[in-house]
Amino acid sequence: MNFSRATARDYALHWRFILAFATLLAPTLAAAHVEAGRADGLLAGLHHPVSGLDHVLAMVSVGLWGAELGAPAIWLLPVTFPIAMAFGGMLGLIGVPLPGVEIGIALSAVALGVAVLTAWRPPLWIAAVIVGVFAIFHGHAHGTELPAGTSGLLYSIGFVVATGLLHATGIGIGTIHRWDWGKAMLRAAGAGVATSGAYFLWQALA
Amino acid sequence: MPRAIAMVALGLVPASAHAHLVNTGLGPFYDGVSHFALTPEDILPALALALLAGMRGANAGRLTLFALPAAWFAGGLVGLALPTTSMTAALTATTVSFLVLGSLVAADARLRLKWIGGLAVAFGLVHGYFNGSAMAEARLGGLALVGIVLALCVTTTLAAALVVALRARWALIAVRVAGSWLAATGLLLVGWSLRAS
Repeated sequence: MNFSRATARDYALHWRFILAFATLLAPTLAAAHVEAGRADGLLAGLHHPVSGLDHVLAMVSVGLWGAELGAPAIWLLPVTFPIAMAFGGMLGLIGVPLPGVEIGIALSAVALGVAVLTAWRPPLWIAAVIVGVFAIFHGHAHGTELPAGTSGLLYSIGFVVATGLLHATGIGIGTIHRWDWGKAMLRAAGAGVATSGAYFLWQALA
Repeated sequence: MPRAIAMVALGLVPASAHAHLVNTGLGPFYDGVSHFALTPEDILPALALALLAGMRGANAGRLTLFALPAAWFAGGLVGLALPTTSMTAALTATTVSFLVLGSLVAADARLRLKWIGGLAVAFGLVHGYFNGSAMAEARLGGLALVGIVLALCVTTTLAAALVVALRARWALIAVRVAGSWLAATGLLLVGWSLRAS
């Protein structure tokens, strides 16, 4: 009997030791992690510009049009768009209202699609102004739709990089402009973008 | 049983809320190296300054690769001695860095050598100060700061040398486009700052 009482006491000590050891291994709860949520913010930012077809078509069209126009528009337009878009995003972030955002976005697809379709060659500054004005609408829409709780810096980086890569995609596709069949393909793509824009415009006005 | 409950409760008591920098498990020097490499608030302005200097030629690149780390280290020492915990000041510094340096790279600003040096010293001091403050808060000490500055030195050297060696027109345009992305990010950060305030 003495043996069994000793065993029970040993078990009790044993479990206390395990519990104490496990307690030491348990993580503390209130460690403020500077890096928490950062990857989430970057991914959210990368995803946002490609989450809507209207945005995607307009941004790729900027690259297509730039490729049609050639230097210096081929790089000036994709430089203008992110900066103007970020300005619009800033307005959206701080709550400055911009009327007709969805209509502006739809009109951007129509206008840029028509520009690619007709291979329109306005003076460089006019092309930059057109792209810049439409970019403000796109940026404002993104700025007001930001998900809560994400890292501002990483979200912004992802957002700008995704936009820039969409332009680069347009420029890459636009390089087929050097061939006759490529020009025809680009015009067809412009027609497709303009038609889609008209559909988005109808939806925005409905 | 009460003892066991007390022990569990003791284990679950939260520790004081330190700001955790990157912890490699390899010591403060490597923590500093990885902190720099994984912190866009620091590495992107440093890269922008290196790109800007590289665009202005080898002399500007050489000046930057000494001036920027030296100023960063000096600012870091000040931060270690007199740390700040102001997140607003750090965010403002990041925003200004992105906006100013990104815009200068995008515009291919033809700055004189003394202006490049001045920018390197100014941004180095500011970013170093906030790094030093973070190191002081995390109790990592000067060795982490040495890691940051060495990582900065290597990054600046490589980036500036790469741009100095660029000859293709499209590659120089790509550098300017990268600058415009940085400036755009800075503009969005202005929005985030105003929204937070």
